[in-house]
Amino acid sequence: MSVATLTGSERVARSFARAKDERRLAVIVYLTVGYPDRAATRGLLRAALDAGADILELGVPFSDPLADGATVQRASEVALRNGVTLADCLAEAREIVAERDATALFMGYTNPFLRFGAARLAEQGRACGLSGVIVPDLPTEESAVLDDALAPVGLARIDLYAPTTPDARLDELLPRSRGFAYCVSLTGVTGARQALGTDVAAFVGRVRARTQLPVAVGFGISQPEHVRALRGVADGVVVGSAALDAVGRGGERGLRDFVSSLVVAGRT
Amino acid sequence: MKGRFGEFGGQFLPETLMPAAAELETAYEAAQADPAFRSELARLLRDFVGRPTPLTDARRLSEAVGLERVLLKREDLAHTGAHKINSAVGQALLAQRMGKHRVVAETGAGQHGVASAAACALLGLECVVYMGTEDMRRQAPNVFRMKLLGAEVRPVESGTKTLKDAVNEAIRDWVTNVRNTYYLLGSAIGPHPYPTMVRDFQSVIGKEAREQSQALLGRLPDVVVACVGGGSNAIGMFHAFLGDGAVKLRGVEAAGHGIATGEHAASIVAGSAGVLHGTRTLVLQDDDGQIRGTHSVSAGLDYPGVGPEHAALHASGRAHYVARTDHEALEGFTLLSRMEGIIPALEPAHAIADLRAIAKEHGAESIVLLCLSGRGDKDLETVMKELG
Ligand SMILES: Cc1ncc(COP(=O)(O)O)c(C=O)c1O
Repeated sequence: MSVATLTGSERVARSFARAKDERRLAVIVYLTVGYPDRAATRGLLRAALDAGADILELGVPFSDPLADGATVQRASEVALRNGVTLADCLAEAREIVAERDATALFMGYTNPFLRFGAARLAEQGRACGLSGVIVPDLPTEESAVLDDALAPVGLARIDLYAPTTPDARLDELLPRSRGFAYCVSLTGVTGARQALGTDVAAFVGRVRARTQLPVAVGFGISQPEHVRALRGVADGVVVGSAALDAVGRGGERGLRDFVSSLVVAGRT
Repeated sequence: MKGRFGEFGGQFLPETLMPAAAELETAYEAAQADPAFRSELARLLRDFVGRPTPLTDARRLSEAVGLERVLLKREDLAHTGAHKINSAVGQALLAQRMGKHRVVAETGAGQHGVASAAACALLGLECVVYMGTEDMRRQAPNVFRMKLLGAEVRPVESGTKTLKDAVNEAIRDWVTNVRNTYYLLGSAIGPHPYPTMVRDFQSVIGKEAREQSQALLGRLPDVVVACVGGGSNAIGMFHAFLGDGAVKLRGVEAAGHGIATGEHAASIVAGSAGVLHGTRTLVLQDDDGQIRGTHSVSAGLDYPGVGPEHAALHASGRAHYVARTDHEALEGFTLLSRMEGIIPALEPAHAIADLRAIAKEHGAESIVLLCLSGRGDKDLETVMKELG
């Protein structure tokens, strides 16, 4: 199917379905656009896809990323120093979607999106083939500004759910979920962790019981063992800080090896 | 809607914190409705903070600036040397009531950090204060005071290494330790319910000052003026006068090296609507929505946003906001010291520096009530360097 005929939500669904058909967890890779330098992003996105990534999260840098740990903070600072703007991120999305028919999401904070303009983001995001956005500081209570613009053009605003979210709140939030249900594995900011939270399975179970959408787990995932532990629990994993660390250590090659190891670990 | 001030305010938080913010709101409302909480707070404000603070009729100052009368609300005489203690004691009491044994706070000038550390020491709570390394350098005496009071001061190296980044770090800590940690926010900023709660705890300033003005003058002042960083002393002062239509409200921001230089912290005078630290308000940002670096000689005003209620008061025209430069603030600092024998903090020195303009705009016959939000001990090193 061509880009134009699928909405963002449908593209996300297609990516998860493909992974499921291949009996593995979907792997969603986050990379800050413009890190370590502007020219690097295209090659890194390709490397992630070559290694089997199902969905790309393009990190839109922000000066005050309060939900992020040290790794993403540093990457954002570098990207901003490299002059990266939201327009640059849209351009990267357009290129990788056109070239690879990739499923691409934006991950970024409220202020740059609102400054750019919700309507403009919707229109240009759609034109670039973007599938949706993840905005960690925009809870459902405040999201109408973006939703009203994004939903009509089929862009998914993907909500996050936390271990601290009570059942009653999950009951309220999950019917409004689009794309996939993003479960934050821990109480905390992004950043590679040694071990997966002990209560992840129970938490994911609480979410899964309330939605038909695929469920992905993110924050803290850094090793193939973490992915293995989530087989049969979640439908996908999101990896960010550990991907940036892999880039820092070994560039495209390092990223490719790391992402492949996660894809392999997710096979059931 | 709750937590909204016109088009400003709200709760722009990670989902992990949404239940905590709701829990805080519920606990705060229950505490306010509980006579035992209110009387315990009143007792601490009297016996620990030293309230009510005096109202000083500043005769020589008023003559020097060409005003009929200037009344100083003496928050500099509150325990720990600034108004910050009013909210710190209230919130620490709330933290204790909520069963949170660990408190995190951010600080710029160090006044809120010291106030939080003192309140936590009093109530036996663990206290961690985040402070930008740039601020640790320029407010060194306060770093030592916090440590003496048993708090752990964690240096913040990210971003601009000032208040904005200390808030980011405190929120990150809160996200991580949300189950046992209370975030003791120091100004009327941040997500709901903080702007309302901090304003309520600080509104004791205006309530007292309004009564004291009535007692002294038999009438209300013509103009009420306060410096505005995040806006807690100003909103605490303004709130009692919001219904007094004849009383002009005036907030003074930091113009740093001058608005035209771009090196300032005047979020209302020179900012635009945006979302920062969980609230929609006026912020200093570039065309891409990145929060801009700020500059002020006073660490407590060196913040690229402002409380959402001030943004709304500005939008409605109920309050008027201006900005004074570093240079003017230093003049105000010296002026008050020489005229009244009171060394102010650099933050309210911005309000002192605005008095001549008030005389010009509102007339020499005006009676002005000024919130002297803190004392200058913490700033001596900075001022020595600046004045040579
Ligand atoms: C003495 C004093 N005044 C004013 C401020 C500014 O804060 P706010 O605008 O919240 O009153 C500070 C902040 O540290 C302060 O220490």
